Amino acid sequence: MYSDKVMDHFKNPRNVGEIENPDGVGEVGNPVCGDIMKIFLKIENNIITDAKFKTFGCGAAIASSSMATELVKGKTLEEAWEVSNKAVAEALEGLPPIKMHCSVLAEEGIHSAINDYRKKHGLEPWIERNPHPHDHHEDLDGDH
Amino acid sequence: MGEKRIVYMDHSATTYTKKEVLEAMIPYYSEHFGNPSSIYSIAGDSKKAIDAARVQVAKALGADPDEIYFTSGGSESDNWAIKGVAFANRKKGNHIITSAIEHHAVLHTCKYLENEGFTITYLPVDRYGMVDPADLEKAITEKTILVSVMFANNEIGTIEPIAELGAVAHNHNVYFHTDAVQVIGNVQVDVKAQNIDMLSLSAHKFYGPKGIGALYIKKGVKIDNLIHGGGQERKRRAGTENIAGIVGLGKAIELATADIDGHNRRIRGMRNRLLQGILTKIPGAYLNGHKEKRLPGNINVSFEFIEGESMLLWLDDEGICASTGSACTSGSLEPSHVLLATGLPVEISHGSLRLTLGVINTEQDVDFVLEVLPKVVSRLRDMSPLYRKRGKEGGSDVQ
Repeated sequence: MYSDKVMDHFKNPRNVGEIENPDGVGEVGNPVCGDIMKIFLKIENNIITDAKFKTFGCGAAIASSSMATELVKGKTLEEAWEVSNKAVAEALEGLPPIKMHCSVLAEEGIHSAINDYRKKHGLEPWIERNPHPHDHHEDLDGDH
Repeated sequence: MGEKRIVYMDHSATTYTKKEVLEAMIPYYSEHFGNPSSIYSIAGDSKKAIDAARVQVAKALGADPDEIYFTSGGSESDNWAIKGVAFANRKKGNHIITSAIEHHAVLHTCKYLENEGFTITYLPVDRYGMVDPADLEKAITEKTILVSVMFANNEIGTIEPIAELGAVAHNHNVYFHTDAVQVIGNVQVDVKAQNIDMLSLSAHKFYGPKGIGALYIKKGVKIDNLIHGGGQERKRRAGTENIAGIVGLGKAIELATADIDGHNRRIRGMRNRLLQGILTKIPGAYLNGHKEKRLPGNINVSFEFIEGESMLLWLDDEGICASTGSACTSGSLEPSHVLLATGLPVEISHGSLRLTLGVINTEQDVDFVLEVLPKVVSRLRDMSPLYRKRGKEGGSDVQ
């Protein structure tokens, strides 16, 4: 079901944990939907010097958090803002269609943390250009 | 590295086919391949085999052989019972009663009938997943033509008060169907004593092959055909018989019902030790379903602060096959309708784990799961933003 890369980032997630006194924190998703991501950023001179996460969610959600934090480290805030959910999914060598919303959540988590930093510094939050709708899918039942 | 140890604890999803069952089936693929509808003598072997299997199934259910119809499995049996009775009794009424925790083979069939002009009542369940016969009594109207309530639930294992529910339906001259897919070999079935007019079963849940099942239809029940075509199954279910499958079903049901008490003792013993171990070793773990009125092999527990699919992936990595009611494995945003119907909060429903034990499990399997599962839960909690290390919390207790 998942690519080797997804399984690698699920089983050996990079950047798990919290940053003490983070410069930006973003929390997206909700427990009712089954995914919550909390992203912590350390920002120096407009560059993300460290990123960590805590995630409640499925394998794809954990792998997406791991990959997204990897992708934004070392980037300027402008560059990090441009890291799309597609970029996260591609770096993971693809996600099943029904799991694409997990990469969307990762993108939104990074955005939320960046805007948290901007607000703390009296800057206007950046606006999401492509708000992503959450997908609904028909369920499958294997017990018959 | 030796061969990876596999601990299969998903017997409610499917079982392996027992060797004796498979051996009984094989000759009907190669030697006795004749079409039972044909006139020549070799076709007679096939026909005899089907008749013998029908007797085996009837005996296990306390039915007459001519009340047993072979189908492709549980889903077809459920579809046939519900649509067949609905369309044949439309003039009498258009109201059907079922429960909120049925398998989708029942629920989606009922949804389909709603679009066809039928009205469906979905009976609620209590926090243990039990349907109350008093609720059924209240729900029946003069338009009610069918009640369909499952014998035992596939997710939480709760065994419903079938005989009582059947009695209520019969007091109002309403047909009573039950999806008994999970109970064969686990609970003694007696269709006459338990007031059952129709019963669905599927061989691959009790160590038989996949793709074969049966519907018991009590004599006199007014029901339309589902599969139209040739005159097989006494003109009620068309299609050349799956002879090997039917033979396998017959053998499997005979083996599964030979010693139900002994099977229960053995499986329940292992299940109780595993469940007790989980609730003792893992804080924030809660049992879903009924404590006693429960399938012998079923465990369904929810763990706070974590999500089910990630649990399954780690367990699979350790060779443990299990299942969850989390949305993330179903592809929808909603977690299990069964857990939600019991009133379990949505976020806790996402953290459910189902382990269903069966004949291939051993005490060593129980030890292994008890060694692995606490580590998996703790690893996932450590990365969960919902988890704040609180003081030790006990799980709910169990008998």
